[in-house]
Amino acid sequence: MFQKLARTAGPGSKVAAMAPGLSCTLSLQSGASETLVMIRDGAVTDANPGPHLMSAFTFRLAASEAEWREFLAAVPKPMHHDLFAMKRRGAVAFEGDVRVLMANLLYFKRLLTSLRPEMA
Amino acid sequence: MMGARIEEIVGRYAHFDIEGVPHRVYWEESGRGIPLVCLHTAGADGRQYRAVLNDPEVTKNFRVMVFDMPRHGKSSPAPGTVDIDYRLSSEHYIAQILAFCDAMELERPVAMGCSIGGRIVLHLARWHPERFRALIGLQSAARATPYYETAWLDHPDVHGGRVCGAFAEGLCAPTSPPDHVAETRWHYSQGGPGIFKGDLWFYREGDIGSELAGIDVERCPLHLLTGEYDFSCRPADTAEVAETLGIDWTLMRDMGHFPMSENPGEFLRYLKPVLEKIRAAG
Repeated sequence: MFQKLARTAGPGSKVAAMAPGLSCTLSLQSGASETLVMIRDGAVTDANPGPHLMSAFTFRLAASEAEWREFLAAVPKPMHHDLFAMKRRGAVAFEGDVRVLMANLLYFKRLLTSLRPEMA
Repeated sequence: MMGARIEEIVGRYAHFDIEGVPHRVYWEESGRGIPLVCLHTAGADGRQYRAVLNDPEVTKNFRVMVFDMPRHGKSSPAPGTVDIDYRLSSEHYIAQILAFCDAMELERPVAMGCSIGGRIVLHLARWHPERFRALIGLQSAARATPYYETAWLDHPDVHGGRVCGAFAEGLCAPTSPPDHVAETRWHYSQGGPGIFKGDLWFYREGDIGSELAGIDVERCPLHLLTGEYDFSCRPADTAEVAETLGIDWTLMRDMGHFPMSENPGEFLRYLKPVLEKIRAAG
């Protein structure tokens, strides 16, 4: 689900240009499966779906697979369209060093929505 | 050489007291007729209403007026108060609105507010119905349940303008025109430090759930419109207010938390019948 990030938010992408200097490891959990997203200078250099037996990450966003699918729809439904819309419903958990998320909130939103299908 | 296209909006400063404290308040206005005082959202300013101020069908019959709350937009904090720990209270918010209406010598204006403005119109309906011809609540909810830490909106490790802007963008509908969404985000990015957070204090302090039943819509008609993508003031929250008061409300499809700025064209389509109803009622 998240492996495409290495392309949609990889080196040279619009997303990467939003956060020069940002390096961290983002854990994206979808149900029981975890993808570790390596970010260097704002660019996703790897999105590894694991399995990870002892994962280490800066912060994690965890939701069910169904929730991520709704969020990543080309036009998400109301209450599914934003991380905080999901948070309000208790559908996503923010774990770890949330400070990195909040300090770069627009960047991480753009990173995730880069996975949405392009609208014609 | 082509001349510039100049909007009808005029912006000026007025000096008046709010709760006995002298303030210099910026406001913009356009049109003539029934005064329509517009109240911006938390952490933003009056620019949000520029489409309403610029719509000739609206300004033909309404004197649209939008003031920047103190500490917002071009209304600086009162002298000596820049560094206070700002928390907007219901009492102070009501005092600002009434002081503006008094200073402008407005006789029974219409007040329209969005978000915290949508909440305060419920307070106006409850405590000051005689002062207003009608009230319009955009994204009105009686209460707000905390679901995130507002401390992140004013945090030493986080750029306030960036985080507030990013948060505001998420409250827009994904279908709203990108340029308008970007401008809505920009308004939030320009807010003063701690102002969005301080305004949201009212959002929680100003719970009016227990007083809703005391609102008499016969004394002052109340119109409620809410965007379907708003997860802060959810459609269900507005429905609860409307049900308690026994009034209708309007769901704005494909709209988020900032109707007047994120998708002004669509918003005006919803607003104009409401304004016409108010005008026809005299």
